[in-house]
Amino acid sequence: MKLPEIDLCLIAPEIIVAAFGFFVLLVDVFFSKRENKAYLGWISLVGIFFAGALAVTQAGSVKSGFEGMFISDGYALFFRITFLIIAFLTVLISMGYTQREGIAFGEYYALILFATLGMMLMAAGTHLVIIFLGLETMSISIYILAGMMREDKRSVEAALKYFLLGAFATGFLLYGIALIYGATGSLYLKDVASYIASKNLLRNPMLLMSLVFLTIGFGFKIASVPFHMWTPDVYEGAPTSITAFMATGVKAAGFSALVRVFFSALPGFRPDWTSIMWLIAVATMTVGNIVAISQSNIKRMLAYSSIAHAGYILVAFVAGNDLGVSGILFYLMAYAFMNIGAFTCVILLGKKGEENTLIRDYAGIGFKYPLLSAAMTIFLLSMAGIPPLGGFMAKFYVFSAAVKEKFYWLAILGVLNSAVSVYYYLRVTVLMYFREPEREITGLQFSPAAVAALVLAVIGTLYMGIFPSNVLSFAQKSIAGLM
Amino acid sequence: MWVVPAIPPALFLVLSGILFTIGVIGALTRRNAIVVFMCIELMLNSVNLSFITFSRFLRSMDGVLFAFFVIAVAAAEAAVGLAIFVMLYRSRETINVDEINLLKW
Amino acid sequence: MLIEYLAILIYIAIAIGFALFAVVASHLLGQRKRTALKEAPYECGMTTVGSSFRRIPIKYYIIAMLFLLFDIEVVFLYPWAVVFKQMKSFAFISMAVFIGILLIAYIYIWKKGALEWE
Repeated sequence: MKLPEIDLCLIAPEIIVAAFGFFVLLVDVFFSKRENKAYLGWISLVGIFFAGALAVTQAGSVKSGFEGMFISDGYALFFRITFLIIAFLTVLISMGYTQREGIAFGEYYALILFATLGMMLMAAGTHLVIIFLGLETMSISIYILAGMMREDKRSVEAALKYFLLGAFATGFLLYGIALIYGATGSLYLKDVASYIASKNLLRNPMLLMSLVFLTIGFGFKIASVPFHMWTPDVYEGAPTSITAFMATGVKAAGFSALVRVFFSALPGFRPDWTSIMWLIAVATMTVGNIVAISQSNIKRMLAYSSIAHAGYILVAFVAGNDLGVSGILFYLMAYAFMNIGAFTCVILLGKKGEENTLIRDYAGIGFKYPLLSAAMTIFLLSMAGIPPLGGFMAKFYVFSAAVKEKFYWLAILGVLNSAVSVYYYLRVTVLMYFREPEREITGLQFSPAAVAALVLAVIGTLYMGIFPSNVLSFAQKSIAGLM
Repeated sequence: MWVVPAIPPALFLVLSGILFTIGVIGALTRRNAIVVFMCIELMLNSVNLSFITFSRFLRSMDGVLFAFFVIAVAAAEAAVGLAIFVMLYRSRETINVDEINLLKW
Repeated sequence: MLIEYLAILIYIAIAIGFALFAVVASHLLGQRKRTALKEAPYECGMTTVGSSFRRIPIKYYIIAMLFLLFDIEVVFLYPWAVVFKQMKSFAFISMAVFIGILLIAYIYIWKKGALEWE
């Protein structure tokens, strides 16, 4: 009997992340008497850094292993690095925040590591079982993380909503996978594509159904309209550090699997999915931006803005050319920096028992906390798409990809939406600098780790805006094997 | 020896489709969180039935293996889900999803 | 062909025979006394008080949940056992890794105190 080939070097970054997850879990239970759990955060950071270093050493080589179930190519590399950056920043902002809110459990860091592991598997899996297992590893960890604040009714409610809708979406995704398997007899993405091409199954009803089901399943994970209902509730209720992790990590992981599955397994259905995704992209941008205007809670506003950003990314997905797909990668990386940065500011502006998450709490903080406000302004302007920040370049690539493929209306609607979004992002900035504070916010404690995360996020946002070509060329090299 | 009359695989797929639909409708209309979750489990199990039918029909083991993984994942989901329900009941004294409405716009 | 099943047939016959022998022998040899207590529908233990649908302490739930999780993992042992002989040490090592991960989970719940009854 032929034994399966095992190449552990291929999944070394994943192994490191998983091993550190278990290590953190065990260290926590064996030293459970220690009150301050920040050291577990530092251990996690070491693990994430290690995994990132190992991932970088694999750059440039394309190797497939485990019977072709797993691939370490440029695409996987780009997403591994994105997820590890997200996890790194999340752990940094968590250390002070969890202590403050009384949710400093060792499991917190272990679950972040496990969720990261799931995301990495989603981006690198070329077999639907691996993609499914990665998705579930990520989702189940995050269901728990969303409900970490057991005493807070809103956090529990967020966990419930995310759990029920996430599990519901999983059902659809699975049914889609089952139909693909039934129609083509394979779960390998490449085999599915070649079977469809060789038998000319483009009008096969089972495959068309599976296309719809996969769109629903992934649509929930990336928070696209009309599958976005859970997003604002969950983002508002969950601990803020986890909201940042969800808004960036889960969205990026959802897109990584969506792009991989649709472009490598179902490329023949491009005309079909283009028309569906066109509608979803426009609806997602519009609903996200319009509803964001009327929000009074900043976490909720950022949740709707994250829906809108999913819409912009879907514009690139519809365009589907080289620039479009590398634009998706660029966008997700830029979004990771600016969104985690914005949530870090939200965290830093709160204290125990007083979260200050209403938008009017931001009135007049501009001169009281000048550096924090300046950072927040950078992130908000970047999300609004003002040059020379990362968000501007991301939107620029996305819309020019759409224009290149002659989706003029899509590009126009995207730019209009982007203009609408400037209103609510600028409103916060104006409040910060040009309004008198309604009440004093005093006694804020800035944890050094969170400040470090803030600095890193500012550097990332500025770097991607001023030197975008470095990251873009990396993204363009990354998608070479995919298309 | 018994002879099992050959049931066409299409019938299993129809059954799986019906179960899936019942699950979807149940998940959307029921108000008790545990019943909603049971409906979701029904959806997952109907998918398992599809996988096993396809697997037998296509003479490949992949579908059966996928069903194993789905079972394991569903168990993990159930553990987390029930923990969330317990937590919810402790803080709100209800698991009726209509009454879980602190967060809305 | 069918002769291979003879051993099973003999085994079933012995099992049924032994069970019948035990029941019949105790019926014939044992003595019987009728008392009011013995006639009661529920003989052993304490008399129940109140409704039988009462709340169950949460620790039962934790034990049940942990049982379910570890029990479901056994599902992967079945396909493994089928090919074990052909794959030899490879199968052994992969299962050792799998069980090792479960062991970490076990140590975790143990140290966490989830298995303590009091």
